Amino acid sequence: MSKKEDFVKFDKVDKSYDGKVLVVKDLNLDIEEGEFVTMLGPSGSGKTTCLMMLAGFETPTNGEIYLDKNPISNIPPHKRGIGMVFQNYALFPHMTVFENLAFPLRVRKISKDDIDKKVEKALSMVSLSGFGNRMPGQLSGGQQQRVAVARALVFDPSVVLMDEPLGALDKNLRESMQYEIKHIHESIGVTVVYVTHDQGEALTMSNRIAVFNDGKVQQLSSPDKLYEEPVNSFVAEFIGENNTFAGEISDISNGSCKVKLDKGEIIANPISVKSVGEKTTVSIRPERALINPKNKMDNNQKGKIEEVIYHGDHTRVRLNLLGNSEFILKVPNSSQNLDIKLGNEINIGWNSHDARALDPK
Amino acid sequence: MSSEQKILSTDGIPLEESLKQAEEKNKVKAFLLVTPLLLFLIITYIIPIADMFSRSIDDKMVTNMLPKTYKAMEQWDGKELPPEEVFEAFYLDYKILVENKTAGKLQTQLNYEKNGFKSVLKKLARKQKKFEEGNYKEQIMKVHKRWRNVDYWRAIKRRAPAYTYSKYLKGVDMYSNEEGKIVQVSEDRRIHRILWSRTLEVAFFVTLFCFLMAYPIAHLLATLPMKYSNLLMICVLLPFWTSLLVRTASWMILLQQQGLVNDFFVWIGLVADDNRPEMMYNKTGTYVAMTQILLPFMVLPLYSVMKTISPSLMRAGKSLGATPGVAFFKIYFPLTIPGIGAGCLLVFILAIGYYITPALVGGASGTLISNQIAYHMKSTLDWSFASAMGLMLLTGVLVIYWIYNKLVGVDNIKLG
Repeated sequence: MSKKEDFVKFDKVDKSYDGKVLVVKDLNLDIEEGEFVTMLGPSGSGKTTCLMMLAGFETPTNGEIYLDKNPISNIPPHKRGIGMVFQNYALFPHMTVFENLAFPLRVRKISKDDIDKKVEKALSMVSLSGFGNRMPGQLSGGQQQRVAVARALVFDPSVVLMDEPLGALDKNLRESMQYEIKHIHESIGVTVVYVTHDQGEALTMSNRIAVFNDGKVQQLSSPDKLYEEPVNSFVAEFIGENNTFAGEISDISNGSCKVKLDKGEIIANPISVKSVGEKTTVSIRPERALINPKNKMDNNQKGKIEEVIYHGDHTRVRLNLLGNSEFILKVPNSSQNLDIKLGNEINIGWNSHDARALDPK
Repeated sequence: MSSEQKILSTDGIPLEESLKQAEEKNKVKAFLLVTPLLLFLIITYIIPIADMFSRSIDDKMVTNMLPKTYKAMEQWDGKELPPEEVFEAFYLDYKILVENKTAGKLQTQLNYEKNGFKSVLKKLARKQKKFEEGNYKEQIMKVHKRWRNVDYWRAIKRRAPAYTYSKYLKGVDMYSNEEGKIVQVSEDRRIHRILWSRTLEVAFFVTLFCFLMAYPIAHLLATLPMKYSNLLMICVLLPFWTSLLVRTASWMILLQQQGLVNDFFVWIGLVADDNRPEMMYNKTGTYVAMTQILLPFMVLPLYSVMKTISPSLMRAGKSLGATPGVAFFKIYFPLTIPGIGAGCLLVFILAIGYYITPALVGGASGTLISNQIAYHMKSTLDWSFASAMGLMLLTGVLVIYWIYNKLVGVDNIKLG
């Protein structure tokens, strides 16, 4: 059986709370069955609103949301059969872990034996077997989180929504939980819609990421494409680190362009620029620029080292390059002893393909 | 260096000791800080209750008035008329009382014990002035034939103990009869039991009405946006800032037969003008006024508990497939139980001892046990009986608290 490509479909969805400002504008989004899609964006970008509309706690002002081809705007949340993991877990504090997990099964009038089996299975899935009789208050944050995940999955929903579920955990726990959730998703193949503002989390876990800003999806693509090939300067800025040059197109031909800066000129890859004279922001990932490149690169500039910060696995070098004093380089620890010293002038090179000329900021 | 060597502080005292000294000082300081409150509690609460208790069981009055009589009675078995010594002792005691003009108290007290004692004693007071020395038994028995009835002497003897629980028996419409058995008073005089049960009934229903009204209000308060909830909170608290008397009086204006509520009912044609219902000076008035006055005591604990319940819990319930109703009863309601417990306990305990409101709007059928206590304090001046009933009320409250603790657990109460 082939997977449905538009299992969850947002069709021209608008949302406004006060009738003046649209927090979600003309949203179109198709999510494939079994996919792990992350909605990533700064706070106030409309991602949580989208999730709440999908869960049924908010209604779209315009447009329609389809779940497996059925419009769901008029279906109340409890009939949608969508599991949800909340930001602060929302475990029922007066029920044991077992009762928490049995809750969705009991309201569905499932027989007691089946409930026992399913709850036991769900608990072992999150490696919490034997914790059934604990109260949520007796569990650590990570354990509570796992109970919340198990509870959202125990009734076999077709879609599971997660609203920044790892936000309250400390860094190490957050990372191990990311893998755990990813593995659970891979093993049971449920469709997951995940909301976060943490790009590391999004890049680690997702099949595809929808970057939200200003009520719109800026880019929807796989993590590697998002990082390597951002389509606009917001995405380039938001995902990972980024060096930028603001300039004007002076020449464009054969898939490359010349950008005139205040000081000097660079060759770049025209992404969202088409003609000479357009304003543009050129974006280069720090690791794409090399010091004293061995191979010939079509951009070669000299820069002065302004700051050197040792980071263990790599060293961050801040340069003044072409009038940009915030140009960052990441030098891997394994690279041979380069002459990285404060105040030195060094040669920097990068391929024009990696310098993406995007929309001006 | 041995591990047992003592660590010394800079001035040479062992560290352990100087730590102890420092802690001692802190303890004394802390104690001194709470002393004023402790004294206040002792003076205004513990001592009055102890005094109430001693007053309620105190029966020394008669004992002190007839010291010789009771000494002589020690040998008497109470089966037949007492011997001459008792008569003589009684004559001497009573003579002193008559001379000191305190015989009236004895007459009243003994009349409580046995009806008709007062007139006999009064007659004796008049006649005994002419008594001759010796053979008092004959002389006293000649004054009135009731002195030959052993029951009257038994009645005197019953008052011999310095302490009595008869006031408590009276509080539940019982008394110990002439044979010393505890029996109930005749049916038409069982007023206190009616009052006790009415007090419990009113307190129960006021608590119930308060709960039914306060729950939605508290829920609104906890969920509305700040600017509306503040306004609502002021509406809830406004009665708190108004004098109890003013509030009760305004209920009188509203509820009386020519009052605003009745006028309104007549105006909309609900009742005929000549058939206005009585909503005051009966239980209805008590219910209405007390519910309104005690409402904030239910709203506030409920509100403080509801405020802490995350709205995402209800959402979680719904997303897991529970209808709004099921989600409410399985998730929200159980989480508010600490607030319900606190509110109900507070309102019930306040209602059980309520005084002013039932006194003003309760009429005859709406007065409660506290009004009876006040009546005995102000009108009959039977303070020992009032004390006994007050203590019974206090004990009742403590019992309710105990039961509540067993059922809900006091640790689960949240007052905010």
